[in-house]
Amino acid sequence: MFLTAIASASANPIIIGSKKFTESYVLGEIAERTLNDAGIPAAHRQGMGGTIILWQALRGGQIDVYPEYIGTVTQEILKTNRQLPLNEVGDALAKFGVGITKPLGFNNTYALVMRRSEAKRLGLRTISDLRKHPALKIGLTHEFLDRQDGWRPLRERYGLPQQNVIGIDHALGYAALVNGSIDVKDAYSTDAKIAQNDLITLEDDLGFFPKYEAVFLFRLSMPPDAIAALRRLEATLDEKQMIRLNAEAERTKNYTRAASLYFEDGAGSTNTMGESFPQKLARWTLRHLQLAGFSLLLSVLVGIPLGILASRGGPIGQGILGFASIVQTIPSLALLALLVPLPFFGISLRTAIAALFLYGLLPIVRNTASGLQDIPRSLRESAMALGLSPMTRLWQIYLPMASRSILSGIKTSAVINIGTATLAALIGAGGLGEPILSGLNLNDHVTILEGAIPAALLALLVQWLFDLLDRVLIPKGLRI
Amino acid sequence: MSALVKIADVSKRYAGAQALHPTNLSIERGKTTLLIGPSGCGKSTLLRLIIGLIAPDSGTIAFNNSTITPANIDSLRRRIGYVIQEGGLFPHLTARANVLLMARYLGKSQEEIQSRLVELCELTRFSDTLLSRYPVELSGGQRQRVSLMRALMLSPELLLLDEPLGALDPLVRASLQKDLKEIFARLQQTVLFVTHDLAEAIYFGDEIVLMNEGRIVQKGSIADLREKPAGPFVSEFINAQRGIVLT
Repeated sequence: MFLTAIASASANPIIIGSKKFTESYVLGEIAERTLNDAGIPAAHRQGMGGTIILWQALRGGQIDVYPEYIGTVTQEILKTNRQLPLNEVGDALAKFGVGITKPLGFNNTYALVMRRSEAKRLGLRTISDLRKHPALKIGLTHEFLDRQDGWRPLRERYGLPQQNVIGIDHALGYAALVNGSIDVKDAYSTDAKIAQNDLITLEDDLGFFPKYEAVFLFRLSMPPDAIAALRRLEATLDEKQMIRLNAEAERTKNYTRAASLYFEDGAGSTNTMGESFPQKLARWTLRHLQLAGFSLLLSVLVGIPLGILASRGGPIGQGILGFASIVQTIPSLALLALLVPLPFFGISLRTAIAALFLYGLLPIVRNTASGLQDIPRSLRESAMALGLSPMTRLWQIYLPMASRSILSGIKTSAVINIGTATLAALIGAGGLGEPILSGLNLNDHVTILEGAIPAALLALLVQWLFDLLDRVLIPKGLRI
Repeated sequence: MSALVKIADVSKRYAGAQALHPTNLSIERGKTTLLIGPSGCGKSTLLRLIIGLIAPDSGTIAFNNSTITPANIDSLRRRIGYVIQEGGLFPHLTARANVLLMARYLGKSQEEIQSRLVELCELTRFSDTLLSRYPVELSGGQRQRVSLMRALMLSPELLLLDEPLGALDPLVRASLQKDLKEIFARLQQTVLFVTHDLAEAIYFGDEIVLMNEGRIVQKGSIADLREKPAGPFVSEFINAQRGIVLT
């Protein structure tokens, strides 16, 4: 079942990716709809990550299309500070087997935003004005903090004195701005939240930010009819309309419907609402179980033999336990990010499963090793003195005697995996992390709980199932 | 009659301490040889060397005229029964499964296994209704009877007993001593029996081997030890337990 899930996900349909913010979701939905309307099967993987993840996924062929901004292409992908004409950008991308559409019609540039009341009180209008207020607290997205056209060069260009700068998630940053935890944050100029929260955009009076005209990047190997369909979106979406679509998406949390506003032929009716909640929940849960289950299976198959080796001690045993412990200390997010650029992995289920597998390893290896080491010497020697072969001793005597410890290690791994699998949504692998991630992006607690509660229940259920399994798998003589 | 086990110049060091100085010893067929001495005298080490749980630093051990090597140890072990103080029963297996473990492993026929099991229950006075119990559900004495059955299952040429009755209370111990002696006689079993209890050694021993500080001090009958002690340690050891010996 699991293998067919991978196969069908990477087979025929055009896969559209999007970054993890509202506008990208909406553009992804528009592309999906456009292709589907042209009779080309397409599927949209929402909110897979930031620029680098999407770009790698496009190059690696895990996705075929994603919405991007010209400024980001030149700065982050082509790594140049010059404003290139579009045809040069196209030539440069073609070397990677990637094509680019003409601009869709609106310019979503970076901007710094503040509370209107605060700006008025301090008399702030432009970014240059910030120089006079070094005590302002600035909260920036992690991407903006690191970008070539982000915070560091901006600060240099304007000579900004602020020291109090923190990194914060985009949607959470708005909440922080509104409640006064921060005073200034980065935003996209078409963010619906700017108007909704009564914020103002500080004028880029030195003209620092490049143009961020929206385009689609696509694989040149995509079928010509798909490219043609995508190109029909060029120059059809102005800023005002994009803000409206973004506002609609944030208001209804329904990207499909927001995208349908774009299609003028009155297709905004409720029949494009998409899946019902139970259907979505079933899909998330099933995927979640696939992620956690398959990775757990791998952890067991690899972890028990490693645990057996580790139980013998010596440099090899120390090395195995050391390796598993080190893996455990890498933050799960960082582990995902480390795996994504590797050739075999990329943005895929494989990556999520590999990361979960590595996390699940330590409890199983450690418990197998300690379970075996805890067998009294007199019993080990009795098994040897009988004349049983080493393999038989292991299978019939040592492993059954260590079964309680091994099973409890597997149980720990299973529960960890159920929890960690929510992070798989970050790289588009789905599961119950999907609503959690969308909820975080939209700062919407209900959506977060739609993922978080089932994930917690699932963990409890798994714990309970393993307690039952103990009674079946642990030999009776060890339970009396 | 030739010796079943021939130990020649065997020595063993543990973490720098000489557990066994170069030692020679022959175990005669059909006899019960008692290895006795204070704790740490090397008697258990000698037993563990014979069953191959540890390898000698020097010298050779021959079983039935073939030298024990890592290559032949598993097949030799199947011709030797081994019982330890704690019984060494596997807690996840029933009494029956413990007893039959090796026979099943070697693929013996079901009838052969069953008839041998009945025989052993009768021999060791172990009620066959207890066979489906797990070790934790048995008393200490019952566990040692099961352990003995397991050791005898393949009709071994040699039986090694390492303080098999050391953890039992006196009444159980006395009844097992009696049963064991009968069993050894009935089977004409070659036995090497380690104990630190002189009374037990006298009760069983055709041949008593007294050890101290990694060396064999004297070998012979109890009368030899008592009347012709090889040194002051022999008299000292016997006198220390005289109260029991005289009864």
